[in-house]
Amino acid sequence: MPLDPEFLAYPMRRHGMDHERYKWVNFFERNPIQWPSQKKMALLTVIPLEFFPLNPSGKPFKAPGSMVTPYPDFRHYTTRDYGNRVGVYRFLKLFTQLGVKASFAVNSEVAERYPILIKDIIADGHEIIAHGINMDTLHYGGLEEATEALQISTCIQSLENSTQQKIKGWLSPAYAQSFNTPDLLTAAGIEYCGDWANDDLPYTMETKNGLLVNIPVSQEISDRQIITNYHHTEDSFIQQIKDQYALLQGETNNYGSRLISLTLHPYIMGLPYRIGYLKEILSWLMQQPDTWSAMAAEIVKPYQ
Amino acid sequence: MLADPKLYDYWPYKNRRKITWKNGARIAFWVAPNIEFYELNPPKNPQRTPWAKPNPDISGYSMRDYGNRVGHYRMMEAMDKYDVRGSISLSVALCQHHPEIIQACVDRNWEFFSHGIYNTRYCYGMDEAQERAIIEDAFKTVKEATGQTIAGWLAPALTHTERTFNLIAEYGIKYTCDLFQDDQPQPIHVKKGKLISMPYSLEINDVICYNSYLHSPRHYGDMIKKQFDTLYEEGAESGTVLCIPLHAYLVGHPHRIKAFEEALAYITSHEDVWVTTAAEIADYYYENYFE
Repeated sequence: MPLDPEFLAYPMRRHGMDHERYKWVNFFERNPIQWPSQKKMALLTVIPLEFFPLNPSGKPFKAPGSMVTPYPDFRHYTTRDYGNRVGVYRFLKLFTQLGVKASFAVNSEVAERYPILIKDIIADGHEIIAHGINMDTLHYGGLEEATEALQISTCIQSLENSTQQKIKGWLSPAYAQSFNTPDLLTAAGIEYCGDWANDDLPYTMETKNGLLVNIPVSQEISDRQIITNYHHTEDSFIQQIKDQYALLQGETNNYGSRLISLTLHPYIMGLPYRIGYLKEILSWLMQQPDTWSAMAAEIVKPYQ
Repeated sequence: MLADPKLYDYWPYKNRRKITWKNGARIAFWVAPNIEFYELNPPKNPQRTPWAKPNPDISGYSMRDYGNRVGHYRMMEAMDKYDVRGSISLSVALCQHHPEIIQACVDRNWEFFSHGIYNTRYCYGMDEAQERAIIEDAFKTVKEATGQTIAGWLAPALTHTERTFNLIAEYGIKYTCDLFQDDQPQPIHVKKGKLISMPYSLEINDVICYNSYLHSPRHYGDMIKKQFDTLYEEGAESGTVLCIPLHAYLVGHPHRIKAFEEALAYITSHEDVWVTTAAEIADYYYENYFE
């Protein structure tokens, strides 16, 4: 029996993308931009604060970092919680020492569980963006639109209560979206999102309620990718960040300013034996005369 | 299903007939950028789900889109620097989606061969008429977009049927990149026409090195150099083929491109290297060594 004829039909075979969210463009032909600071290299540090329930449904997939063993997996539950208790305070101390301003992408359940942590982050001048409810409440194709809208509004309301701030930024748990997510985000007042890693600079995305700025937060240069998935050494992680910086800095000579996004999980880079490496690379980055440590809210300004 | 597809003869890697490449070169070197289009909402093949997550898997999709939007141009610039032309393993629908990329490659006299329509459409379960349809589509699409007649084949996402090689040979495809049994070209047994396997060196493919072996960028650069050193040495006895199969969505990232560029610098600094394309290697082989 042959394959269903649908398999040889290509309804979206046309110029540009096979969807309507954004236009196809050659990155090197985009209008050069200048950051508000006038420095050429923006450093966006994204810190996910995640709550991994001990009893995940795993639907429709387990988020990276989720429980592994049969219930009750206290091993992974507490290893993750270490990040939100200890690792994150190592980060905060380091950021203050070095003058790094970070965007903390927070599951609303983390803010509900640890209100003092949220106060400490805000007191240090960092930004809070939404990161969904928890790491087992995902956004995905097939999720009922009303259910997803409720997940988004629940998260945002909770974070606005915790922070007493308007929440404008979003990062989906596990970078997962449904076909509706960008529309639902702008309906909920979100202005920028970090889920689509298809560019090296922010760009705008069409939604039913106006434009959403997408910040392509790198999923290749992150502690989870390099350390956890690739099993590279910390020295190699540092080398790769420096190589990335050198290449992008070279491009600023011809193409305008550039962005380095660095996602760091407190339960990964906040370990005692790793924090020194983080200090080394962040110190190096902050010593480069072109570096502008910026939060997501500042990075999206040229695109709004 | 067959236990042994009997695609080719066993040739021990000793005392082989001496192959000398063009201008006396002992190694034929080609680079195979895979320029692919992955769909946001492809239909599901009964034997393989296109994405790890339910559609839309925006994480996987945007990672691939990065290759066409950003990475491709970095990869092309690095190859320009060392006068290396690409032999493109092409999702032919890219001719419709991103003709600007196609034109940039045409301008550089790069070669195009077929890698299926989309890399999210698999051949598993196709009947003969359907498989013929994608082959004919590839010939027509690439001809219209580039003026070239495709000479090579790499099945989309390496998905095959038992009849794939017979069919592509019947249509006049000269070489297949789907078989990894050797570092030299070799005739493939087909019912009609002629076909050779072109070494495509899957084990030095960036996807395999980065995402299966989990190597770092600098280590990947060193691996390419070591691959070259061995094949260059052995090529003195009988000419070898070195292919670097690439994906701009991996190698085109800022932390990776330099290591690749340095490997190109290393390879092209040697004397007896024929820097060429897959179709030129195939033509030379047919003319001088095919039996």
